[in-house]
Amino acid sequence: MSSANLIPDADTAVPSFYLTDEPDHAEGGSTMLGFWIYLMSDCLIFAILFATYGVLGANYAAGPSPKDLFELPLVALNTAMLLFSSITYGFAMLSAQEGDKRATLIWLALTGLFGLSFLGIELHEFHSLIHEGATPQRSGFLSAFFTLVGTHGLHVTFGLVWLVTLMVQVGKYGLIAANTRRLMCLSLFWHFLDVIWIGVFTFVYLLGMLR
Amino acid sequence: MTAHAEPHADSRHGDSHHHDDGAAHGTRRDYMIGFGLSVLLTAIPFWLVMSGTIQSKQVTAFLVMGFALAQIVVHMVYFLHMNSKSEGGWTVMAMIFTVVIIVITLSGSLWVMYHLNTNMMPMMTPEAMKNMP
Repeated sequence: MSSANLIPDADTAVPSFYLTDEPDHAEGGSTMLGFWIYLMSDCLIFAILFATYGVLGANYAAGPSPKDLFELPLVALNTAMLLFSSITYGFAMLSAQEGDKRATLIWLALTGLFGLSFLGIELHEFHSLIHEGATPQRSGFLSAFFTLVGTHGLHVTFGLVWLVTLMVQVGKYGLIAANTRRLMCLSLFWHFLDVIWIGVFTFVYLLGMLR
Repeated sequence: MTAHAEPHADSRHGDSHHHDDGAAHGTRRDYMIGFGLSVLLTAIPFWLVMSGTIQSKQVTAFLVMGFALAQIVVHMVYFLHMNSKSEGGWTVMAMIFTVVIIVITLSGSLWVMYHLNTNMMPMMTPEAMKNMP
């Protein structure tokens, strides 16, 4: 009696172990989540660089220490540049949501200018450090410093390349769905870089001066 | 203001972080609040370190780190528009996972390397090494 009941009735119920209808995915529907996960993995890269700096940060090899090298007013100016670029990017996103192409482009251009001045100040700092003989080869502290701050600077550089690309895209095709999505990705990227910079100016510059 | 007419409804409730369309975005008010808080939370630690108001370096260091943590949270909420609802909660899950890994990486590296440095100082004699815990 029992063995007969175990076999399903072939006529009424065909068991299927897969979805017969593919769920409907809108184009780019999972882009934001995917980009967020990329950012989290980028976060891990910076975590490793921060850990390296934390371990090597006191190994001066009889060379210069943070107190001899860093100029806090310059760092404060740099921080202000990045913070301004964050808020202008926020306004660009608001303009994009309102469908105002001209305002979006103007805010994006302002963001680019602030990002560019951030990079300019950072390169000036690197240049004066290397001019003083504080090159990455000098000590473990300087290797870790240049790797951490340089990686952040590289991210900003590529963010700027992306920004210019998107300005061309928006200028050519307008605020279509694909461009809005790309703007939102860059928004996450740009604000994320500002979050990383909080860690940099706190752990490298401010705590370095206190050491 | 075509598809997302919600900001008006939200500002009435005084809470603008509950969009259900997956991708979150803020309002002008959000950005201004976030910017104001960020400026404050940046200026205070810089002022603390540059002026040396507090004598104890350790207290200053802890305060500076506290301000940094607060500012990171402000950026997450007001600029990155983090909330537990976006993408069905998956962004928060990914972030919690990342934070756990970061904490393990940072605290682990610093802890292990600090002890290595302390216990293997070059001036330590073999006799002293034997008495180390």
